[in-house]
Amino acid sequence: MSYSSHADLGGQAGHGPIVAEAEGDSFHAPWEPRALALTLAMGATGAWNLDMGRSARETLPDYAQLSYFEIWIAALQKLMQERGIVQPEEIAAAHALSKGPVLPRVLAAGDVAGVLARGAPTHRPTTAPAAFAVGDVVRTRSAPMPHHTRLPGYLRGKRGVIERAHGMHVFADAHAQGLGEQPQWLYTVVFDGAELWGEPASSGVKVSFDAWEPYLEAAP
Amino acid sequence: MTDPKRDHHDHGHEHAHDHGHSELGEMDLRVRALESVLTQKGYVDPAALDALIDTYQTRIGPRNGARVVARAWTDASFMAWLRSDATAAIASLGYSGRQGEHMQAVENTPGTHNMVVCTLCSCYPWPVLGLPPTWYKSAPYRSRAVRDPRGVLAEFGVELPQQTQVRVWDSTAELRYLVIPQRPAGTEGLDEDALAALVTRDSMIGTGLALAPAQAAR
Repeated sequence: MSYSSHADLGGQAGHGPIVAEAEGDSFHAPWEPRALALTLAMGATGAWNLDMGRSARETLPDYAQLSYFEIWIAALQKLMQERGIVQPEEIAAAHALSKGPVLPRVLAAGDVAGVLARGAPTHRPTTAPAAFAVGDVVRTRSAPMPHHTRLPGYLRGKRGVIERAHGMHVFADAHAQGLGEQPQWLYTVVFDGAELWGEPASSGVKVSFDAWEPYLEAAP
Repeated sequence: MTDPKRDHHDHGHEHAHDHGHSELGEMDLRVRALESVLTQKGYVDPAALDALIDTYQTRIGPRNGARVVARAWTDASFMAWLRSDATAAIASLGYSGRQGEHMQAVENTPGTHNMVVCTLCSCYPWPVLGLPPTWYKSAPYRSRAVRDPRGVLAEFGVELPQQTQVRVWDSTAELRYLVIPQRPAGTEGLDEDALAALVTRDSMIGTGLALAPAQAAR
């Protein structure tokens, strides 16, 4: 099975300068707020989960050519088409042509504030002992992962130190594949810049990420 | 270093200019069509869409985070609470929920400067900072923040002392990070409102510093 993420950008060169933006400039075209709202409202139906949504975005073949809200809309269409919720002909016609499946929920205007305030916590009760303790030296896995993962490419096969344990959280890799939550211990792991980049510019730099236990092995 | 082809993709607001009005019109039509179809099929309530937009345009933004920082600067017990349970401390000011379910406050000191990125997508603490700026979601920042944070900071006009360590937090799971910038000098007499006005969005991402009172007055 091949799986290719186009969103794993950490450490890449050649993407050009950063363009500053004033506070409050959240939207840059009239359709962008509607795109945000449609994405959030359809996410709230329960037809897919957050990790499936991220997976749909990062695997868009033209990811690098799209603006961020264009990515959101393209992924929304893909997720809905896969589930028979909306067909491409309906979007072309701007009109419903068939009845879609019944979804778990519909977000009502009166429920918006409550749904946003609750969010979707990923912390789960502890059901297994932690394999690592704060201060342990670990190495990140380097094997290819033929599915959605939150272990970035630039952090594979690197030595770091467990800085904090966060309890068990929904495991994104499994959740994105429709395999259930499969909660795993989550840790903040910190790396020296020199371990990642081996460059003088990285002296005095530390980088951390949040790693589920299956991303890590002991590195004595 | 600047590749014009990539460049316009990375910045939504330049996107429309590069392609004229036709592409803007195309996305506008596509999103309208989606909204019509989903409404007709009963999957979305247009009033809920309006409520969502209103929330992120008028209720949730970086002024929320600025309140958290100003409280942390003035109330040592609140700062201690932020260190031990940031989610609860921040919720006590009324900010909680979607994309901020599990919060961690990271404190800048003379010895350490913190900076937050999401190299894999655009994870960002919405309840305290609102929606991320375009640059936070774009390839230039996401690619370079972890490799050359000092260079990125220089692009934002931030020069740190050479001995200051830079710590970059890549938001790969559902923890969301809020940087607590250092309190500027000469602010001893200011109240919480005046202090919050010094706290910029970028200072809470770690790509900026809190303003000095003279800068904020400009």
